[in-house]
Amino acid sequence: MSTTTTQASLGHPAIAPPPALGTVTLKINGVERQLEIAPWTTLLDALREYLDLTGTKKGCDHGQCGACTVLVDGKRINSCLTLAVMKEGADITTIEGLGTETNLHPLQQAFVDHDAFQCGYCTPGQICSAVGMLTEGKAKTTAEIREMMSGNLCRCGAYTNIVSAIEEVLNQPKA
Amino acid sequence: MNSFTYTRATAVEAAVREKAADDGVKFIAGGTNLLDLIKENVERPTRLVDLNHLPLTAIEAAPDGGLRLGALATNADTAWHEQVQKRYPLLNQAILAGASPQLRNMATNGGNLFQRTRCYYFYDTATPCNKREPGSGCSAIGGYNRIHAILGTSDSCIATHPSDMCIALAALNATLQVTGKNGERTVKFEDFHRLPGNQPELDNTLAPDEVVTAIDLPNEDFSRHFSYLKLRDRQSYAFALVSVAAALQLDGNTIKDARLALGGVAHKPWRDQQAEDLLKGQPATEETFRRAAAAVVENAQGYGHNTFKIELAKRAIVRALKQAAEGTQHAADIFTNSNP
Ligand SMILES: Cc1cc2nc3c(=O)[nH]c(=O)nc-3n(C[C@H](O)[C@H](O)[C@H](O)COP(=O)(O)OP(=O)(O)OC[C@H]3O[C@@H](n4cnc5c(N)ncnc54)[C@H](O)[C@@H]3O)c2cc1C
Ligand code: SF4
Ligand code: FES
Ligand code: FES
Repeated sequence: MSTTTTQASLGHPAIAPPPALGTVTLKINGVERQLEIAPWTTLLDALREYLDLTGTKKGCDHGQCGACTVLVDGKRINSCLTLAVMKEGADITTIEGLGTETNLHPLQQAFVDHDAFQCGYCTPGQICSAVGMLTEGKAKTTAEIREMMSGNLCRCGAYTNIVSAIEEVLNQPKA
Repeated sequence: MNSFTYTRATAVEAAVREKAADDGVKFIAGGTNLLDLIKENVERPTRLVDLNHLPLTAIEAAPDGGLRLGALATNADTAWHEQVQKRYPLLNQAILAGASPQLRNMATNGGNLFQRTRCYYFYDTATPCNKREPGSGCSAIGGYNRIHAILGTSDSCIATHPSDMCIALAALNATLQVTGKNGERTVKFEDFHRLPGNQPELDNTLAPDEVVTAIDLPNEDFSRHFSYLKLRDRQSYAFALVSVAAALQLDGNTIKDARLALGGVAHKPWRDQQAEDLLKGQPATEETFRRAAAAVVENAQGYGHNTFKIELAKRAIVRALKQAAEGTQHAADIFTNSNP
């Protein structure tokens, strides 16, 4: 039992003291990072609140919008519905790991070229999701892109340009 | 979120033992339903036992020549598995009709079976709900109930089971491999989920410490004439108002065997074997399909906002059976699917 001051010791006997923080090692954008976090910390909160990786956005926090999409071992997931501790040992890629300001990822460049956003809040999730979708290799047509990107909502309604940006990268001849 | 501790299970027996010893333990797999409910304060575990390190991700031949789907295989890996696409395209379609690609990459087959209702009152801890708090009352009866059940309801609960995958599993006669304190057993799919009766807090018939290790699909062929028709408020990334899994075996135009299961209408995947009997031996015509559809909703009851589901279910059944008979649905052909 930890000896730190907890709500319980402050006179709320019904509230159990939180379990001690644990050390979690995450590999993010190729770099191993150690953090001291409570087990209930979501991967999204670990990125934003503990690792200063605020590119990944919190929209709904309930799996309903896709703003928090990151890649785990190459697959797109919603980082708000997984715990950081569950992803120990995995390879995590966030929007910060996809490209640099001088060397944008092709999808980042395509989003700029096609004006595929308005406020930009959904954009990191859209781009990570699109990267995951291209790796999956299932979507070939416009309709299929729309269906396979349906896990990413855009409050600004930039869908038309989002789809054309992705389509351009999909149809780029492979180097 | 409520505070909880976290451990990883590395053997099924250990997971069972930990859960049997402590009521506060919950298993976690993909986390997509459980973490959501913890954030809403609906589920309040004191400890999570992570099942993801159990060796249960394989999709392989089952002993009877069917296919065994590991409980920890993701919904995405299952839907896109070559054997599922080829032999069980109905399951491929049902899974791909659910949630989003991100969620399907996280959601596991085991977790999908146990996902809880999306009844808004169940989620809202400020309102009475017999499922969340037995004895407190049902806010949906007499409340807003557009998404609720029309079949198999009780005075205690009119919630629906929200899964798409499970509707296909019901139609395909799946069985579950289960391990508990007393060892392993097999559970027929129809015996797994339950109707609410006067214990709506129980979604299924398993003991709390039982782990599902695999889902078995029998060695049967419904790969040519099938349809998963999902009707919802928007075309993607929404739960079903009504869904129909239909599968036929045809001899010429005569129905040799038929499977019919509905989602969005009951507390469990709604399989109607009497309606299936009305199809068997009959010509695959609209008239036959209408007769079966009428039989399915014969005892349906609306609660006001959801009464439209009775007619919707009838029409959806007829359309799904027509699509199945025509054989126009193809595995992974998620884009020509059915939306009105
Ligand atoms: C925004 C959103 C939209 C969605 N839309 C759809 C949809 O349209 N159609 C649809 O079908 N689903 C939909 N879903 C639900 C999704 O399919 C489920 O959340 C998912 O399948 C649950 O699987 P999981 O592995 O994440 O389960 P978890 O959340 O990890 O677990 C769920 C429950 O299952 C128990 N459990 C898990 N594995 C086992 C096991 N092997 N043995 C015993 N118990 C176990 C856990 O203890 C827990 O109680 C949606 C979800 C979200 C968040
Ligand atoms: S329908 Fe069931 S889950 Fe919804 S409020 Fe009533 S008892 Fe609760
Ligand atoms: S923040 Fe994760 S899906 Fe909306
Ligand atoms: S650009 Fe504003 S939400 Fe998509």
